[in-house]
Amino acid sequence: MTPFRPVLFAAIAATGALLLSSCATNEISQPGDSSQELSGELNGSGATSQASASDAWIAAFQLANKSVTINYSPEGSGAGRKAFMSGGVSYAGSDSALSDEELAGEFAACVPGTKAIDLPVYISPIALIFNIDGVSKLNLDAATIAKIFKGEITTWDDPAIVALNPGTELPSATITAVHRSDDSGTTKNFADYLNKVAPEVWTAKPADAFPYTGGEAAQGTTGVIDAVTSGKNTIGYADASKAGSLSTAAVKVGDKFVEYSAAAAAAVVEGSPLVQGREASDIAIALDRNTTDPAHYPLVLVSYLIVCQEYADPAAGALVKAYAGYVASPAGQIEAAKSAGAAPLSAELSARVAAAIATIK
Amino acid sequence: MTSTSKTTPVLRAKSRPADRIFSGSTLAAGVLILTALAAVAVFLIAQSIPALVANPEELPTSPSSFWEYVAPLAFGTVWAAALALLMALPVSLGIALFISHYAPRRIAQVLGYIVDLLAAVPSVVFGLWGIKVLAPFVQPFYAWLVDNFGWIPLFTPPVSGTGRTILTVAIVLAVMVLPIITAVCREVFLQTPRLHEEAALALGATRWEMIHTAVLPFGMPGIISAAMLGLGRALGETMVVAMVLSPAMVIHFVLTGSANPPTIAGNIALNFPEAHGVGVNALIATGLILFIITLIVNSAARVVINRRKAFSGANG
Amino acid sequence: MTTASSLTNSFTTARLPKWVPWALLAGSWGVIATLFGLVQAASDSQEFNIVGVVFLGTILFDVLLVTISSLVEGARKARDRFVTSLVSTAFVIALLPLISLTYTVIADGWKRFDIAFFTQSMRNIIGAGTEQFPGGALHAIVGTLEITGVATLISVPVGLLSAIYLVEYGRGRLARAITFFVDVMTGIPSIVAGLFAFAFFALIFDNPGIRFGFGGAVALTLLMIPTVVRSSEEMLKLVPNELREASYALGVPKWLTIVKVVIPTSIAGITTGITLAIARVIGETAPLLVIAGFTTSMNYNLFEGRMMALPLFVYTQYSIPGTDVQPYLDRAWAGALTLILIVMALNLIARLIAKIFAPKSGR
Repeated sequence: MTPFRPVLFAAIAATGALLLSSCATNEISQPGDSSQELSGELNGSGATSQASASDAWIAAFQLANKSVTINYSPEGSGAGRKAFMSGGVSYAGSDSALSDEELAGEFAACVPGTKAIDLPVYISPIALIFNIDGVSKLNLDAATIAKIFKGEITTWDDPAIVALNPGTELPSATITAVHRSDDSGTTKNFADYLNKVAPEVWTAKPADAFPYTGGEAAQGTTGVIDAVTSGKNTIGYADASKAGSLSTAAVKVGDKFVEYSAAAAAAVVEGSPLVQGREASDIAIALDRNTTDPAHYPLVLVSYLIVCQEYADPAAGALVKAYAGYVASPAGQIEAAKSAGAAPLSAELSARVAAAIATIK
Repeated sequence: MTSTSKTTPVLRAKSRPADRIFSGSTLAAGVLILTALAAVAVFLIAQSIPALVANPEELPTSPSSFWEYVAPLAFGTVWAAALALLMALPVSLGIALFISHYAPRRIAQVLGYIVDLLAAVPSVVFGLWGIKVLAPFVQPFYAWLVDNFGWIPLFTPPVSGTGRTILTVAIVLAVMVLPIITAVCREVFLQTPRLHEEAALALGATRWEMIHTAVLPFGMPGIISAAMLGLGRALGETMVVAMVLSPAMVIHFVLTGSANPPTIAGNIALNFPEAHGVGVNALIATGLILFIITLIVNSAARVVINRRKAFSGANG
Repeated sequence: MTTASSLTNSFTTARLPKWVPWALLAGSWGVIATLFGLVQAASDSQEFNIVGVVFLGTILFDVLLVTISSLVEGARKARDRFVTSLVSTAFVIALLPLISLTYTVIADGWKRFDIAFFTQSMRNIIGAGTEQFPGGALHAIVGTLEITGVATLISVPVGLLSAIYLVEYGRGRLARAITFFVDVMTGIPSIVAGLFAFAFFALIFDNPGIRFGFGGAVALTLLMIPTVVRSSEEMLKLVPNELREASYALGVPKWLTIVKVVIPTSIAGITTGITLAIARVIGETAPLLVIAGFTTSMNYNLFEGRMMALPLFVYTQYSIPGTDVQPYLDRAWAGALTLILIVMALNLIARLIAKIFAPKSGR
């Protein structure tokens, strides 16, 4: 071993030196044009739902503004809002708009006395994914979905499901319903839909945590999809963009069964009223789950950017304004649709968000 | 706990400056650790108090009291770790003995390295392996167990459709703690005084009788310590449990169902990101409970070890 | 074969020829495999269950060997054979998950285990990236090496010195208090360490959004120290007192005895313990997200700016992929493979150190 020792040490030292001195080849900046005025670092934190869209936005924005670095930590909506309120980050991503109590509090990053505003930037339909041998099409209504996930319907050939799916041969297998084991905005939106449309079945108040003990639980969107894919006779709910090759169920809206689509998801957001009693530039949406328009898909998740109306640090304000402006722009929305499978904001909503962003100082 | 003061009660060595510097620095290190760890403990307690005094309605899942919220978590933590230790301890003892006393010396070194390699696998990787490989692999066995032995309370139907049960988690945890226990036991077994072993063999003992009379009694405190190190890791393991387990707030012993008692560390990892207000404090308070569980386990181990102190070299 | 006489004496009874255990093992596997084959032919299941064959075959082998041995060689020898087979079986059982795990990680990690993976970060990489820039983990590798390196630099001296204090010097309340807290801290949920480090540094620097690599190192130190102390303490205790006394008798001062006699004797065990401690913390995710932060860009500075870590990279690539999942999964597995290789390399270095410093022993 002795003759090899110096060689080994040299190799280790060389590798170490190489690692520590080299720069990532994709970060060697090309000579950018000098007219660029934006520079600096911007930190955000929040929801994991919009994290992959956020990656795409940040990449595109950084490519356009070479001396800007944006970091978005996917720590979760709650952690993001908390960090934003304490001034730890300059913006937050959140699956729910700021609550009234939170709005009553102080925002450390903003000019004292001013408030934060909610900007809807990411719309994702929530798909009901299932994996049943020999079944590729499934129709469900809210009451049936609620009963399946509560554990009241336990087999696929239950009369309630058969009645909704004439002509489909359903197995008599036990249903494995997969829900999220971690607290999440997806669960809250899913529960909110069931609670609004089938209040007599889904009696629990919508919250980030799944309220019942029945069924199987899995961590995160990926976990649910893994569980549904690798299990048999399974059903679960997940962001539609990650559904991949899994079959998805159509949901009853009015008297029609609607498959999820980006357009239908954007339409229901467009048709929903705003939360009342907020600042003019605050666009918190009260989703209309009870819609009967078959062009709408009411099982959607809306994720917000939460930013200051007026920043204490003008440099951060300028960066946030430029970044949020890009995110809400048609170009940004198409980027998110392409790389994260989001539903782009409708033109009218996009314009309304842009107007709100214009008021950021 | 010292040796010199006991063995040379009258003849005190003259105190050299280097000696004083060295003992001073060990003391400083000890005090530093004590301060840091005590600070963490104080932080934990301070952060837990709001949850303990809060109206239970505000806690996650609105239980009737904080204890009702903690009970399934504490149960699941202990249950999963105990299962893991139950599987890992006999196997690791076997491996450690195999390496130290059975395998030829050359092979033993290689084998030791292979087991250490298992310790090198980070928990995220175990999580990925558990969810992608192990859970689908064991699911048919669970289905078979539930079909044939459903009358045993451990295998009450219905069976989990994905195999992500507490038993699967316990298997992954066992694989994770195995190298820890093995590595420590192996080192301990190798330290068995040669003379003891040779004396046993010279009296005509078979290899097993030699191990039974010389190696195991000598190594017992070490084995317990190793088991505690492993148990500590199993109790506190976060990522594997969060990724693999399908939890629900229940208390039961079923090994193969969909609804499994959650563990404290896993629950913190799952729910911390979205926690707000008193929910954060509630999660940290469960961390405090984990502290207490670990403390009880470790104290019990210390008592056992101290009773057998006679075998320890430094205290002999 | 002769039958055992009623009076068994292990020196006079017959012994089984050396080839018997091996023949029995092969025979048992063969019998079980045939059985499985027949069952399979009868039913319509497709897959041949090789794990089942090895498992049941080994059990059959154990039973047969012990029975035959007790008939031929007597009860004592039979028990010895029984334990031998149990111990060897334990080893085989432990190897199964290891092989499965290694195979999975290498097979899936190999796809992206290329130069780009080690020379690029994830800055401005979307989805599968481009032909030239498919994205890599350099930022995370650097972060993990720096953070874990600093954590090790802090916790090994401190932990080892405290263990020495506990074994060689400590007595009374202080020693008991240290032992107590070390015990308690072995069960610290890792995220609590992260939260503590965050609260601590946020307070010191008066910055509610503080994220820097050194903070991550401190959090990992808190997690590492109990393991280091506990295992080092155990190893130091095992050093025979005769060695210490011999050294004192030669007039060697206590501190030199510890440095030159006690530590070298137990160095193999101590380095094993340290490697285990590093392996435990190098895979931590949650505490680093809280205090070291998340970034897609390079950062070499431990004291300023967010720093990525490899386990966090693996976890986020797995848990928050884009629309096209495959490139993310490939990166996750490649990251997992890299992480294992790093710890393996550390393990090798530790063994080398142990070899250099350890005294020559009879074993």
